[in-house]
Amino acid sequence: MSRTLQAPVTVAFDYTRSTGPVIGRFLTGLKQATIVGGRLSDGRVAVPPPEYDPVSHQAVTEFVELPDTGTVTSWTWVSEPVAGQPSESAFAYALITIDGADTPWLHAVDVASPDDISTGMRVRARWAAERTGAVTDLVFVPDDGTTSADRPTEPDAEEVSRIITPVSLDYRYAASPEESSFFRGLAEGRILGQRCPKCRKVYVPPRGACPTDGVPTSEEVELSDVGTVTTFCVVNVPFMGQKIKPPYVSAYVLLDGADIALQHLILEIPAEEVRMGMRVKAVWKPREEWGTSIENISHFAPTGEPDADFDTYKHHL
Amino acid sequence: MRDVAVVGFAQRQMKDFDGSPSMAELLVPILGECYEQTGWQKKDIGFWCSGSSDYLAGRSFSFVSAIDAIGVLPPVNESHVEMDAAWALYEAWLKIQTGEVDTALVFGFGKASAGVLRRTLALQLDPYTMTPLWPDTVCLAALQARLGLDAGLWDENALAEVVNRSLTDAEKNEYAVRAGGSSVEELLARPMFADPLRKHDCAPVTDGAAAIVLAAGDRAREANQRPAWISGIAHSSDGLHLGTRDLTTSGSAERAAAAVGGTDGVQIAELHAPFSHQELVLRSALGLGEDVRLNPSGGALAANPMFSAGAIRIGEAAKKIWDGTADKVLGHATSGPALQQNLVCVMEGR
Repeated sequence: MSRTLQAPVTVAFDYTRSTGPVIGRFLTGLKQATIVGGRLSDGRVAVPPPEYDPVSHQAVTEFVELPDTGTVTSWTWVSEPVAGQPSESAFAYALITIDGADTPWLHAVDVASPDDISTGMRVRARWAAERTGAVTDLVFVPDDGTTSADRPTEPDAEEVSRIITPVSLDYRYAASPEESSFFRGLAEGRILGQRCPKCRKVYVPPRGACPTDGVPTSEEVELSDVGTVTTFCVVNVPFMGQKIKPPYVSAYVLLDGADIALQHLILEIPAEEVRMGMRVKAVWKPREEWGTSIENISHFAPTGEPDADFDTYKHHL
Repeated sequence: MRDVAVVGFAQRQMKDFDGSPSMAELLVPILGECYEQTGWQKKDIGFWCSGSSDYLAGRSFSFVSAIDAIGVLPPVNESHVEMDAAWALYEAWLKIQTGEVDTALVFGFGKASAGVLRRTLALQLDPYTMTPLWPDTVCLAALQARLGLDAGLWDENALAEVVNRSLTDAEKNEYAVRAGGSSVEELLARPMFADPLRKHDCAPVTDGAAAIVLAAGDRAREANQRPAWISGIAHSSDGLHLGTRDLTTSGSAERAAAAVGGTDGVQIAELHAPFSHQELVLRSALGLGEDVRLNPSGGALAANPMFSAGAIRIGEAAKKIWDGTADKVLGHATSGPALQQNLVCVMEGR
């Protein structure tokens, strides 16, 4: 068994970006099925046009409409593509110098095998029928010399001023060994902390390094599921994925015997009645729903005991 | 300028780290080794700087969790770069130059195995014209390698020779995750991965962390009998647009080497070349002749933990000063696609 608990995690976000005049001109061109280059200070034409000249650092302002044919100046064979690449089966990336341009453009070439591509090979764009104004609107294919009769034109396409780039990354996320023992304890209905060997503080969840002393917490301490609210906030704002209807309370609960508070929900009491010092007890879900998760505890609810004195938790805020 | 030296170095490199991506539990023993080497404690360190990335960890603020390994009460003077720890070292060197502190500890860490590294690294590219195509780092390096092959600047044998020497040297490195030399013929008989590169031409995905201790003047002499004095350190970057760079050379590496006054007299160089042909590009750009011993540690082809492999090159080079093997060494770090950013650190024994 791995010493740590692990689970898949996907982190994803759709980035919306404004293009500015140079990239906007280039991407508008792609939407129109036209490749647009930019003239550099030394007279060379670059595709894609950089916003600023790489040598003079002046803004690039002169644009050149180019044909959609070019020459492969370098290539590689992607034997094991990764998610998001232009093809799910093996394909080629190439540096392609568009006719009339002086600098190469990185793009994909759709060929069946590495034997079908070579340096110096002529290629032309194969345009998507529906184009959004993105570099994914085309891939390159070998140019057989005939004019591309299927080349679409859309000279009136609306100007591209922003793009949305979805980014999604998959991880195998591991808890630290100390956190893993905490989650394994929860699967048995126990709350396990660990004591720092130096400062003697009890951390829950335990940590790979005590943030005060820089040493791993070691001695295991089983904690009560009763504690004191040290601080809290009332959640009034709705957000994506919210499971409880606002307003509700998210609080720091200092479990009896712990030195660090645990964050959890306070329910079974109107939000406006929650207060610092309030005594609360964990409400566990039915045992058959337990996993290695803090969600085994549904929430905390008032015990009805008198509030704790401020002095009992003032060093734990 | 103040005389600043590398006086401590510790590392861990492995294929799969069975632990959290903030790696605090791995950093604790690494920092412990640095204390042992220098005879210092936490309170002796004037400045801390780390290098890491949340894109690798898959969580936000992973570097904040990592500084738990320092133990930050009372608070410490601390900074972070989203670059290899070699650049954290540069920041620390500058901090010492200001006179504000006399000592610094820099560290880098990364658990590349948590995701698909070559894909994650597509996010360092131009987000408008490149990232939507998800060009992975290995393919970009392969395009660079073919440019040199086609231009006759190197051939397949030269790449295999780099690999064979690196993996042979790696046999003596306890932290190598790939080791074992064979022969040029045997290497060239292996299948292509990203034509014209084979898997052994590409650094292995590696988890790891490393730390380096810097100190000025007498503090350095107090911590190490033969400190590796930094006689020159500089870094430079090439532009964002791949197409406007000449990928068969490295302008930024040339500029960094010029900024440290050249590399004459360097006996041993540890180059951070994650792909075999990049060692050839760097050797030429840094002006290192045939008499310079390259990567006795096995280099990045043996282990390449993101965010610490560059710092490890500086640490490995410094060790050759400490043990008297050499009087002048060079450590190099790279970052970005196809050698876009380069840092050079020349160290001398006195």
